[in-house]
Amino acid sequence: MSNSPLSIKRFKIIFILCWLVMVADHVMVLHFFGLPWQTAIIDSAISNSLLLLACILVMQTLRYYLPRGTQYINIFSICLFLTIIWLLLAKLLLKLALDHFPGYSELLHQSLSIRFSISFLLLGCVTMISILWFNQLEQKEFEERKTDAEKLAKEAELFKLRQQLQPHFLFNSLNSINALIGSRPEEARKMVQQLSDFLRGTIKKEETQWVTLQEELQYLQLYLDIEKVRFGNRLTTEINIDETSFDLKLPALLLQPIVENAIKFGLYDTTGETLIQLYANKVENDLVIKVTNPFDPETSSPKQGAGFGLKSIQRRLYLLFARTDLLTTNSLPSEKEGKENIFTTVVKIPQG
Amino acid sequence: MSKIIIIDDEPLARSITKEYLQKHPDLEIMQECNDGFEGLKAIQEHRPDLIFLDIQMPKITGFEMLELLDQPPSVIFTTAFDEYAIKAFEAHAIDYLLKPFNQERFDKAIAKWKEQKVNSTEKATQDLLESASQSPSQNHRIVVKNGSKIKIIPVHDVQYLEAADDYVKIHTSEGYFLKNKTMAHFENTLDKEQFVRSHRSYIVNVQQITRIDPYEKDNHVAILRSGVKVPVSRSGYGKLKEVLGL
Repeated sequence: MSNSPLSIKRFKIIFILCWLVMVADHVMVLHFFGLPWQTAIIDSAISNSLLLLACILVMQTLRYYLPRGTQYINIFSICLFLTIIWLLLAKLLLKLALDHFPGYSELLHQSLSIRFSISFLLLGCVTMISILWFNQLEQKEFEERKTDAEKLAKEAELFKLRQQLQPHFLFNSLNSINALIGSRPEEARKMVQQLSDFLRGTIKKEETQWVTLQEELQYLQLYLDIEKVRFGNRLTTEINIDETSFDLKLPALLLQPIVENAIKFGLYDTTGETLIQLYANKVENDLVIKVTNPFDPETSSPKQGAGFGLKSIQRRLYLLFARTDLLTTNSLPSEKEGKENIFTTVVKIPQG
Repeated sequence: MSKIIIIDDEPLARSITKEYLQKHPDLEIMQECNDGFEGLKAIQEHRPDLIFLDIQMPKITGFEMLELLDQPPSVIFTTAFDEYAIKAFEAHAIDYLLKPFNQERFDKAIAKWKEQKVNSTEKATQDLLESASQSPSQNHRIVVKNGSKIKIIPVHDVQYLEAADDYVKIHTSEGYFLKNKTMAHFENTLDKEQFVRSHRSYIVNVQQITRIDPYEKDNHVAILRSGVKVPVSRSGYGKLKEVLGL
């Protein structure tokens, strides 16, 4: 059920003013045709009060029943029917009230068709305006519902994307801790702490929350420390951040999955040492983050590079910025013979 | 004394296996390997009785490494989490240890192996491989041995497969490679939308087909981009039409 247009004060005033104009107009016309003021006023009051009731009745009906498609013919019939009822009622009441005035009944009789036309027109107008009003209201509600649904879906999707922490990572880390407990208990304790801090970081952050690059780097460092314990000397990282970009903002938990993807790609596609490089700087109004990893063009299919990790980042960036050009990748053969090929992932985060 | 090889890309993961093995003085560790390539060499060199094998490793997976061996040894998988793998080898593996695992669980796996060692283990490992390679993660590439080298063929590079006695010839733009598998194996594991058994002895990559011509009275022949003609039987023609949406 929607609110009637009369529930809004401004519309109520306009409606009443229009009605008063109608009443006055009616009086003037009757007077012009020779009726004394008093008779004209009584006639106008009775006719227009009845018309007002008919209008309100139509509006109330449309509140609950809005025509669709071919049902407009019903509305037309209802208007016609209401106008006829109105005319009969008005005629009856006017006769009762004013029949004793000389010449009135003749005038009434002659003006019936004009009264009918004008009333039908007015009632029709009110009906059309009401239909437009209610339709627009319904449309607005529909839009709101749609936006709400989309927002919910978006939040759920973002949540899901964020939750896709690799179980592999967790179980392998626990396995490493298990190994350390026997041989190097101090290191095991340290790794438990790092793993806990890392997991807490994934849980407590809101997906839509923005953090500074510095905060995200601290979180990333926890992850890198754990991975370095797992993979030992095979994994080295190099982080080059432009001083001016430490305070730039990015969506929480965006950086780590990108680096994770690079590490996996690098570690599983080469057998030697893997160097992961991270660069960040500000270009125009964007925070630009570049991550590189080595790969072997012989064994890696292009699909693997943009594996699930990057797909979900791409999706997140789209949900947050409605842009698909923020994540780019390219694979460059190294210039030097015998050196590794480098896969580069570049993410741009628009600022403000 | 039984010979053991540990293959895992994480040093700490190897060290925990080593630690648990200290309780089993009858098992001797011959070598520890970082990846499938090293593992392959070590297995050929030492002929171990049992290997501990991780699945996700650099370059080739544990499964792919096993596929390259003519006589794979007994295998106990040590893996973090892989639901496909678990499903696949539940029925056939000597055992699998889910990381992190404890000494007790480890000892059980060893005991199970010793029990089975009395029986033939080779068949068990073969069965295991057959079912493991049917996991979805396995069907986007084929690993073959090319002389002493290991070649990874992405499936989209495969033009067609041809039966050749006990082997299957995998034809690519670089020539063909042999794999000790059956046609039925490839028919079951490769993506059915892309690879169609066009003939008793042929499986063709539909993305490589440029046209299909009639050939003799009831048969057809598929012309590939490379110009090669692949025989299509009557039932094969029906399957091709279905996949190509004709």
